[in-house]
Amino acid sequence: MSDMTDTGPVLAADGTPLKRSLARALRRQKLRALMLIAPLLLFILISFILPVGDMLYRSVKNDIVSKTLPNTVVALESWDANSGDLPEEAVFAAMATDLKSAAAAKIHTKVGGRLNYENPGISSLFRKTGRKAKKFDLEAETVWKDELIKINKGWGDTDVWRTIQTYSSPITAGYFLNAIDMRVGPDGPEARPEEEQIYMKLLKRTLWMSMMITVSCILLAYPVAWILANLPARKANLLMILVLLPFWTSLLVRTSAWKILLQQQGVINDILVWLHIVPDDARLVIINNQFGTIVAMTHILLPFMILPMYSVMQTIPVSYLRAAKSLGATDWTAFWRVYFPQTIPGIGAGSILVFILAIGYYITPALVGGTKGTFISNQIAFHISTSLNWGLAAALGAILLAVVLVLYWAYDRIVGIDNVKLG
Amino acid sequence: MKVMKTLAATTALTVAAGAVAAEDMANELTLVSWGGAYQASQNKAYVEPYLAMNPGLTVIWDESSAEAVAKLRAMDEAKNVTWDLVDAVASDSMRLCDEGLAEELDHNAVLAPAPDGTSATDDFGDLIVSDCFVPQIVYSTTFGYRTDMVGEEAPTSVCDIFDTTKYPGKRSLQKRPIDNVEWALYCDGVAKDEIYETLGTDEGVARAFAKLDTIKDDVVWWTAGAETPQLLADGEVVFGSTFNGRLFSAIAEQNQPIGMLWDMQSFDLDGWIMPANLPADRRARALDFLKFATDTQRLADQAAYISYGPARASSAPLVGKHAELGIDMAPHMPTDPDNSGNIHVYDYEWWADNRDDLNAKFEAWLAK
Repeated sequence: MSDMTDTGPVLAADGTPLKRSLARALRRQKLRALMLIAPLLLFILISFILPVGDMLYRSVKNDIVSKTLPNTVVALESWDANSGDLPEEAVFAAMATDLKSAAAAKIHTKVGGRLNYENPGISSLFRKTGRKAKKFDLEAETVWKDELIKINKGWGDTDVWRTIQTYSSPITAGYFLNAIDMRVGPDGPEARPEEEQIYMKLLKRTLWMSMMITVSCILLAYPVAWILANLPARKANLLMILVLLPFWTSLLVRTSAWKILLQQQGVINDILVWLHIVPDDARLVIINNQFGTIVAMTHILLPFMILPMYSVMQTIPVSYLRAAKSLGATDWTAFWRVYFPQTIPGIGAGSILVFILAIGYYITPALVGGTKGTFISNQIAFHISTSLNWGLAAALGAILLAVVLVLYWAYDRIVGIDNVKLG
Repeated sequence: MKVMKTLAATTALTVAAGAVAAEDMANELTLVSWGGAYQASQNKAYVEPYLAMNPGLTVIWDESSAEAVAKLRAMDEAKNVTWDLVDAVASDSMRLCDEGLAEELDHNAVLAPAPDGTSATDDFGDLIVSDCFVPQIVYSTTFGYRTDMVGEEAPTSVCDIFDTTKYPGKRSLQKRPIDNVEWALYCDGVAKDEIYETLGTDEGVARAFAKLDTIKDDVVWWTAGAETPQLLADGEVVFGSTFNGRLFSAIAEQNQPIGMLWDMQSFDLDGWIMPANLPADRRARALDFLKFATDTQRLADQAAYISYGPARASSAPLVGKHAELGIDMAPHMPTDPDNSGNIHVYDYEWWADNRDDLNAKFEAWLAK
């Protein structure tokens, strides 16, 4: 029993230790698997992960100020913004130098636009000064403090200099602060005045309404999926087409159809007035508010709930219900104790799909949401395409992404993600 | 007659100039516009004639003007600008110019003079609001009202919008602060030339929102230009603001019971910008087309298809009848003296500075 070979490593046929040989074989297998998925992996990396990462990086990126105004940023470092005095002449001279080269490269308006997000008015200050800056004579004995203030009195405002100083570092938390209704004040971060607070309100509203939409989808989809799963295949297929038909129709068409149905002179109100249920002068307001958004989005997202529910219900044998009843369960007990628990994976999958799609929606809320039924994604779209404040859009998007991940994590902890079945 | 001769001469010259340099020009031209009736008017007034003069040229339309600023910025970052000329509103063109995305042009050098020799800068006058911008049309955001829903007395003043006792019912306004806050202050008694001064203060902004508060529950907010004509046609709203050309087509082409309320119409401009740093052959083609498309006759021709005023002073006398309906176009132009008695010209510079700030306040006010 005390043979030497027993304690040594187990050898494979070719004499190498079995462990190493096994590891090599496994590595080769893994490598082959990786090669197989490489095209997809690269595609996702290049077309999805990298752009998303780049966009998220914009939420903190701020190198434009220090790149465009390098001398000013250095000269401003020692200035105390809270002293109430203007920076010294050296800072103004540095600004003149920077402006001259920035204007020659036509980038002075860009930095003006960036700083204008933080302090309205800086945009035109840079644009107007830039026109003259090309002719600045840096060799001449000019008192740049007087000269710049003469060109535009904005340069005599300490707030302008404070903004430049605050946003001179290449990384900023400014966009994220803005996205949670705060800003950088003289004494660090502070809440924005109440008449400018909007994003947290919108975020809460987005989550709340997405939840309402998900719940309405569950309530409407469950019976439909049940009928589909329990009908003979031919009839079920016919009904399935009815479920899928709106799915194949353009989103805009479906949203516009809801407008025609729901508006005050619309089909629903007309019928209610005709039936004398609602008086003509008090027609229901059921569009351009939260109700309109919830109705239209529930309809649009319903197939995403029906399909996973249907595919899960299809796999539940009917015999289970019969068995429950034969053992003395009432209809309700048989459903609630036997059938329903088996459908939870379908409900879970549908809910995640609908909820995540809902919080990112912006076309439908923009068209039928009025003022109270719009989502945070409408603001993201606005900052991407209209105000061009991509930093703020990225910060809002990052927060939305974080919220989804937290909810996903919570869902995993409570229900368990292994419990989700798409079919 | 003399005008016609001069025109024929200019056209011939343009053709000749085109022929000389043709080999250095790209054979493809990508134009970005708004789609719909407006793009159709551009197509008929100057793209089709230009194509006739330049066989072998392909024109590609991209209906992306609504997102032009964002898309051009993205293209520029990707270093792959596929557009040659972009139709943009004045404020967007200022942004593009500020961002360095549009090329600054020497207007007198690249544009045709008026037939009488007036230089392009004089012919366009103040409408060249940015060095990158070549104006095409003057349009206005103004109100239409349902003639059968306003009772005996048709509205004559923009302030009737704020009078919910005299004109009960909903009104549709564009979902943005621009124009709305100015109208609100004007109707709250602020003199026209003091509007922007007032808006520059916190109290002024509060005053504008307080005035808008009085009709907030009666407003349907729109985001797409087609919404107001539809809302008016459905009888959903009594009044609605939109672009005057949209109202014209609802009234003249679709015979809807809609009247125009021109009081305090808000003038705005639309025109071309050329993306910066185009390759030489594409740039040459774009400039050649630009010169042709913005000459006096072409801008006047466009007015036969849509009721927007040509941006050149010299085009105004040439505006004729609608190409299909045969009605006189002049009375439907925002620039017609009968319509432009009391106009509002918005301050591009002021809005460029304050747009983001006011927008945050506006959105917060809407969400309240």
